[in-house]
Amino acid sequence: MIKPNKKLQVGTLAVGFFFLYAPILSLIVYSFNDSQLVTIWSKVSLRWYYALAQDDELINAAWLSLKIGLLTAFASVAIGTWAGFVLARMGRFRGFTLYSAMINAPLVIPEVIQGISLLLLFVEMGKVLGWPAERGVFTIWIGHVMLCVSYVAIIVQSRIRELDTALEDAAMDLGATPLRVFFVITLPLISQALISGWLLSFTLSIDDLVLSAFLSGPGSTTLPLVVFSRVRLGLNPEMNALATIFIGLVTVGVIAANFFMQRAEARRAMPAS
Amino acid sequence: MNAAQAQALHHASTAPDADAFVRIVDVVKKFGEATAVAGVNLSVARNELFALLGSSGCGKSTLLRMLAGFEEVTSGRIIIDGEDMAALPPYKRPVNMMFQSYALFPHMSVAANIAFGLKQEKIGPREIDERVADVLELVQMSKYARRKPYQLSGGQQQRVALARSLVKRPKLLLLDEPMSALDKQIRQRTQIELVNILDKVGVTCMMVTHDQEEAMTMATRLAVMSEGRIVQLGTPHEVYEYPNTRFSAAFIGSTNLFDGNVSVDNPDHIYVECAALPQPVFISHGITGPLGMPVTLSIRPERVRLTRTAPDNTPNQAPGKVCNIAYMGSYTLYHVQLASGKNVMANVSTLAFDNVDPPSYDEEVFVSWAPDAVTVLTK
Repeated sequence: MIKPNKKLQVGTLAVGFFFLYAPILSLIVYSFNDSQLVTIWSKVSLRWYYALAQDDELINAAWLSLKIGLLTAFASVAIGTWAGFVLARMGRFRGFTLYSAMINAPLVIPEVIQGISLLLLFVEMGKVLGWPAERGVFTIWIGHVMLCVSYVAIIVQSRIRELDTALEDAAMDLGATPLRVFFVITLPLISQALISGWLLSFTLSIDDLVLSAFLSGPGSTTLPLVVFSRVRLGLNPEMNALATIFIGLVTVGVIAANFFMQRAEARRAMPAS
Repeated sequence: MNAAQAQALHHASTAPDADAFVRIVDVVKKFGEATAVAGVNLSVARNELFALLGSSGCGKSTLLRMLAGFEEVTSGRIIIDGEDMAALPPYKRPVNMMFQSYALFPHMSVAANIAFGLKQEKIGPREIDERVADVLELVQMSKYARRKPYQLSGGQQQRVALARSLVKRPKLLLLDEPMSALDKQIRQRTQIELVNILDKVGVTCMMVTHDQEEAMTMATRLAVMSEGRIVQLGTPHEVYEYPNTRFSAAFIGSTNLFDGNVSVDNPDHIYVECAALPQPVFISHGITGPLGMPVTLSIRPERVRLTRTAPDNTPNQAPGKVCNIAYMGSYTLYHVQLASGKNVMANVSTLAFDNVDPPSYDEEVFVSWAPDAVTVLTK
């Protein structure tokens, strides 16, 4: 057996983690910097956090991103679950390969192309049908859902494939109609997949830049768009403060999720009597 | 009972019985070009425990799934208690099934699993609680009502599955390979427990299994299936002692088969000449068929005697050499190779070795059997 060299192991680990987290750490540290310049340290202050709290444009953009993220997550889970269910259960119907390829295509089609094609479509529709009159939340939402449905469909499909079909048969055998079986048996059993699909969609939507850039209109600028446009004008420590807040929220979220999952696991392992 | 009587009984039990509780009439199931069930006729009486026995792919599970309503019949009818099931979806049939994997809902407690079926019927919560408690009592699982399925052993899961399928008081209970998920040690005990519970509630029951011991232990009658058809139907005793085909003789228990031709045909006895045996076999009953007809003789290993000296006065014997000995505890299975090269199995009970030394490898021995120990198979 090959025994790992202890020193080498620790060293590699340290280098790897440094590579991953050093930029983030420096970003957090510099968010508490008083200086106007991102790269020069003067003294500790919360100046940029105050500035952030006053910055209505950023705050509105954050709310908008959150709203679009939630809408996208729910819509993607609803449509993606449907598609995943069909892919896993319909068997091989005519055009199955085409259908599954088309569901998965958005994963590999460059976002730029999706963005342009949607933009052209919406512009054309606006001209011919008068709708959508202008691009905004709704068009961004459609673009994001288009992107996220594929992820949800794949996750749900693989979960349903491994589900014992006898469970659904049993529920039907015991008198539940197919619709009831789906909501009372199938959905709870694939809930983990739905939650991961939801979270993934939410994350994808929150930090999507490319699609949003094509599909946003006046008055509907998402957070990544604002950040990106500001950074182009010159890096501002306010962005560091914003990033730090985001990292804080994500960390709290991950820890909370882990905590609840471990508690559920522990409850599971404990023999009930 | 002689073969003629057995034959008569066999006919009686295949004829569709107009007032049977469960009737399966000319049922055919095709999946595309493939025929899974090829015209099955069956009647099951009220409170009977009927077993469908066959190897995998013989159509027994498809038949069971058609009874439950998961598969539609291609043609034919299924009638339960006078009601044609054809138009009813699974959730409206008075039929419940215990699944091979048990299919307990993993996200529900034992009590919730059992209550599930009752909840679909819009029964009041108090009655549901009562009936769940009663059926848990019946399967002796009351203590475990609040556990989740993954906290139970295989045997306990099986009882919960049974309770869940019994609580709706189905007219017909279906058991799909009920013992296959259990360890061999607890299987035998569980089989008897299961039969006792079914007796107590008095339910008509149809089970599917590939395990002939299981079918023989549990069922009042059984049907041997092969390639979508019923090969033989009868009580376990009838099917074991009077197999009607090579298939059921070899499938139910093990047997020695000899191919031969009828050489002497009398109303009360016949002789059959077999290539593998030194002289014609004497059989103490007549058969219907012409002289020279090709037949197969089936002789069960426990009917074969093993001796060191040639038995007197019987043509039903052959010398051979012991070529394999399998000690099974309660009996020893000897494989004896005859001069023709044919292997004959003989079960020798352990009791027989009280006074005699057991023969060892390569010893010259004689196998012999009584004239009425032979079953003549014409197909």
